[in-house]
Amino acid sequence: MSSPVLEIVDLHKRFGALEVLKGINLTMHQGDVVSLIGSSGSGKTTLLRCVNLLEEYEDGVVAVAGEQIGYTKKNGKRVRLSEREIARQRAMTGMAFQHFNLFPHMTAMHNVMLGLIKTRRMKKDEAHSVAEKWLERVGMLARRDHYPGQLSGGQQQRVAIARAIAMNPQLMLFDEVTSALDPELVNEVLSVVRDLAKDGMTMLLVTHEMQFAHDVSSKVIFMDDGRIGEEGPPDQLFRQPKSERLAAFLKSSKFS
Amino acid sequence: MDYNFNFAAVWRDFDLLMSGLGLGLILAVISIAIGCFIGLLAAFGMLSKNRAIRWVSAGYVSAIRNTPILVLILFTFFALPQLGIRFGKIESFIVTLSVYSGAYLTEVFRAGLIALPTGLREAGLSIGLTEFGTKLNLIIPVMFRNVLPSLSNNFISLFKDTSLAAAIAVPELTFYARKINVETFRVIETWMIASLMYVLACYVIAAVLRQVETRLAIPR
Ligand SMILES: Nc1ncnc2c1ncn2[C@@H]1O[C@H](COP(=O)(O)OP(=O)(O)O)[C@@H](O)[C@H]1O
Ligand SMILES: [Mg+2]
Repeated sequence: MSSPVLEIVDLHKRFGALEVLKGINLTMHQGDVVSLIGSSGSGKTTLLRCVNLLEEYEDGVVAVAGEQIGYTKKNGKRVRLSEREIARQRAMTGMAFQHFNLFPHMTAMHNVMLGLIKTRRMKKDEAHSVAEKWLERVGMLARRDHYPGQLSGGQQQRVAIARAIAMNPQLMLFDEVTSALDPELVNEVLSVVRDLAKDGMTMLLVTHEMQFAHDVSSKVIFMDDGRIGEEGPPDQLFRQPKSERLAAFLKSSKFS
Repeated sequence: MDYNFNFAAVWRDFDLLMSGLGLGLILAVISIAIGCFIGLLAAFGMLSKNRAIRWVSAGYVSAIRNTPILVLILFTFFALPQLGIRFGKIESFIVTLSVYSGAYLTEVFRAGLIALPTGLREAGLSIGLTEFGTKLNLIIPVMFRNVLPSLSNNFISLFKDTSLAAAIAVPELTFYARKINVETFRVIETWMIASLMYVLACYVIAAVLRQVETRLAIPR
């Protein structure tokens, strides 16, 4: 069997004195969709950000496609990879952010094209047609010449997802991609993500949309104070929570 | 008051005044262009993780901002040659005004950089850009557009500062006005015309820069 798309072994992360991740283990294979749920501050975002090294981690291993992210061993010592190596590794994953983070001075089209040209070294024409394909996929082709400031939140998020996925990453990371949206705009974004899942995209996502997590995931992880509190198939986690903490969390998030 | 206005003597040399105005504009444009470059470096320097780089940048800004520009002009033109650094008077003035504007632009750019959302850099990194690529493609272009209005203000004020180049005989507007004044004794007329030319030039510059601002503004 091929090496896992994502392998996290005993991951520890601290912000100063505060230990935020206290030994996380997670293995994901091609096509897996894993949802991280849990209360605010439990470490979901930090876990996601360690995977593409937007946060440094002190201990343990994060490996994407068999390659440790950010660090290597030299003479038994852990050393940070070069800036260029890390940039290359970051492009192995794609990330969609809570606040979209589109490039405000570029049209939707150019937002998607930038990484294709600068990172994937595509010619302009090729980048343009790849970007066109993905903007179409997320239903944003008609707005390709609009700037982020001229788009609704839901539209911006769809462009942001197209920007990430056009890079052809091995793994997509989604961090609460709908929680900054007005309620009526949530579904247009969730249906894009659902669509990608159906297509076999490997995805690790943080969400507060419990029904969505239930429907889309192959596995759900309940994060509890920097640890994996409980994990399993969605039906098991949502219908038969083992721990008091998860039951209470599900109750507060009104899963029905 | 029975002063007889006589503009004829001034009109005769109006082409000199115009050429002086033109030179002033050129000096301002070149200096602010170099100043932008210096200011950008120093602004990143002030936000650097490296303490030595922070100190050098901050030292430059506060040294320049706390020295009168006339003193800087005279220092560059008269004192530096004693240390073996020689330029012509125009080059000397461009050096001074660039270094001077660089210090003010550092503050403008630093504020612009601090105001950017952190998500901009992170989004750039997440698509595989290096820190440098992120600065080049995202941080600088967005910051630059955001600070255009204060850049415009700085430009106008720097343009007016070119009048101080007269102190080292750079042939710009004030230099010629003084020359005409001395030669014709039409004191009021000469300085009235010169002032008016500065005022009009500033209006035109402001109007042009507003056009540029609208054109480059991030659409929303
Ligand atoms: N940059 C940071 N510096 C210090 N503490 C942080 C930072 N980012 C997150 N934290 C802390 O780490 C913990 C986990 O945060 P986060 O991963 O954002 O949780 P979640 O996404 O589950 O809400 C919280 O206690 C938060 O305050
Ligand atoms: Mg979070």
